[in-house]
Amino acid sequence: MNQPIATLTDVKKSYRNGRHKVDVLSDLNLEVKQGEFLALMGPSGSGKSTLLNLLGGMDKPTAGAVEVAGKRIDKMNQTQLAGWRANHIGVVFQFYNLLPVLSAQKNVELPLLLHKMSAAERRKRAATVLEIVDLTDRAGHRPAELSGGQQQRVAIARALVTDPMLLICDEPTGDLDRSTADEIMGLLETLNREYGKTIIMVTHDPKAAEHATHILYLDKGRLSTEAAA
Amino acid sequence: MKYFALVWAGLFRKKARTLLTLASLFIAFMLFGLLQAVNHAFESGVSISGAGRLITNGRYSIIDNLPISHVQRIRSLQSVASVTHASWFGGTYQDPANFFAKFPVEPEQYLAMYPELSLSEAQKQAFIDNRTATIVSRSLAERFNWKIGDRIPIVADIWPGKNGNTWEFELVGIYDIAKDSNYADALLFRYDYFDENRVFGQGLVGWIITRLSDPNKSAEVAAAIDQMFLNSNNETKTATEQDFLLSFAKQVGNIGLIVTGILGAVFFTILLVTGNTMSQTVRERIPELAVLKTIGFTNHGILGLILSESVLMTLIGGGLGLLTAMLVVPGAADALRSLLPGMFLTYSSVLYGMLLALFLGVFVGAIPAIKAMRLNIVDALGEK
Repeated sequence: MNQPIATLTDVKKSYRNGRHKVDVLSDLNLEVKQGEFLALMGPSGSGKSTLLNLLGGMDKPTAGAVEVAGKRIDKMNQTQLAGWRANHIGVVFQFYNLLPVLSAQKNVELPLLLHKMSAAERRKRAATVLEIVDLTDRAGHRPAELSGGQQQRVAIARALVTDPMLLICDEPTGDLDRSTADEIMGLLETLNREYGKTIIMVTHDPKAAEHATHILYLDKGRLSTEAAA
Repeated sequence: MKYFALVWAGLFRKKARTLLTLASLFIAFMLFGLLQAVNHAFESGVSISGAGRLITNGRYSIIDNLPISHVQRIRSLQSVASVTHASWFGGTYQDPANFFAKFPVEPEQYLAMYPELSLSEAQKQAFIDNRTATIVSRSLAERFNWKIGDRIPIVADIWPGKNGNTWEFELVGIYDIAKDSNYADALLFRYDYFDENRVFGQGLVGWIITRLSDPNKSAEVAAAIDQMFLNSNNETKTATEQDFLLSFAKQVGNIGLIVTGILGAVFFTILLVTGNTMSQTVRERIPELAVLKTIGFTNHGILGLILSESVLMTLIGGGLGLLTAMLVVPGAADALRSLLPGMFLTYSSVLYGMLLALFLGVFVGAIPAIKAMRLNIVDALGEK
């Protein structure tokens, strides 16, 4: 069996909302294995995105341990986390979040600026991942000149370009029509099956979740393998 | 350098706004360059003129005249090589806008005192021989298209003549001013003719110029001159020519303070304009900045990006403004040579301007950059 790539142990996460404390996650335990494609489902406000943020090192737990690839990322400071994200995490957002002033090629090259490599090598690697997401012919286009599906494919290419160990997708099909959503999910499935990428995806869409190897449901800060009634 | 494309793209995210801000910076720094050149005209006049010459004028005011007998008494002092005098005539040629200095002087002694003024021996002799003669600088002659032999009428405003308010002089010489001198363009005419024909003030002179045989003794000689006339009806104040020119310039006002005041107002406005642009540009890009952080840019990396954008903007606007000033100043200096000699934009002023642009960029970028640096990824991604 594959080794666990991410482990959450007794994780709590609470926010302050004015005078009130809101517990989003309580004593949550989770193990994600290398090569797994995990879909996290659950109602709005259940803590799915919070869980994703903790796994991606974008947020820290109030209590508990978050270990990814053997590293306790909850113990890292902001600078260490930034470096860790640059090397190990790729993130795909619901609204693509591409930089509108840069071409698709330059958007994809962006994470590579943080790595020591020549401009030529950056261009080559970006071209390679654009080829994987089948957007070679749109490399020079700016986001505004691309369709939603194309923009999401650019965002996936940007997330892939550093060859991260973990791909985190927050509602990747949430802003797309059905057929485009199927295309994007097909692409993620290919990345998981053919390229061995570990993917953790938050989604509301059961059709999208069907592409995952595992589905977990989150409700009121607790995980289960079955959807709440 | 690998981040330059990102900085450049961020800067021109809103082209119209950035171009308008750049235009404001351009105007401000061009004005800075021009005013620095004007300031230099005053400052350099003060700092480089005749180290070996002393100027004596009335103790209490630069406009108090002195008796001509002072000249002879000063001549008797040790370490004094020569003494002459000049006076402020005022007067108008045709139109008050045609301003230039007009001094009644002793021709031979005055020209000997100012070797930086050169004219032919024949013209010099004509100036000495002809009581109504005048000589003018070449640029004045060119400005008013005067030729040798022309008669130049000057309407008096301080010194009416016995034959009326208009004094008429015959142009007998045109002098050149040495290139390294900031001697202002002037019309020179004979003091004896002036003194005999003015209605009042006979025997008075405006200021006395003393050339020292040993410039190192200027402090002692200046003290000796003032001591000589202490407790007399016409006490004196003697200073180096530099100090005298400074006092003269101060009649117009404290040029340095005026320049600083204007630039202060301009740069305060620029501070607001540029600061507003940078604040807006960061506010609009909060989710984008959060994405950069998500993909691994550190907080300090984000701070650096925003500061680089701000500094790049002020350096482009400021640099273009200063470059334009450098191109404009020589022409302006040429056109204003008779009114404002020595107008020049020094490299140190340009460097100072660029440092000011750099500082401005850091200053206006600092607050938005710190805000961007402190952005929390989760909160910032939620802002749409």
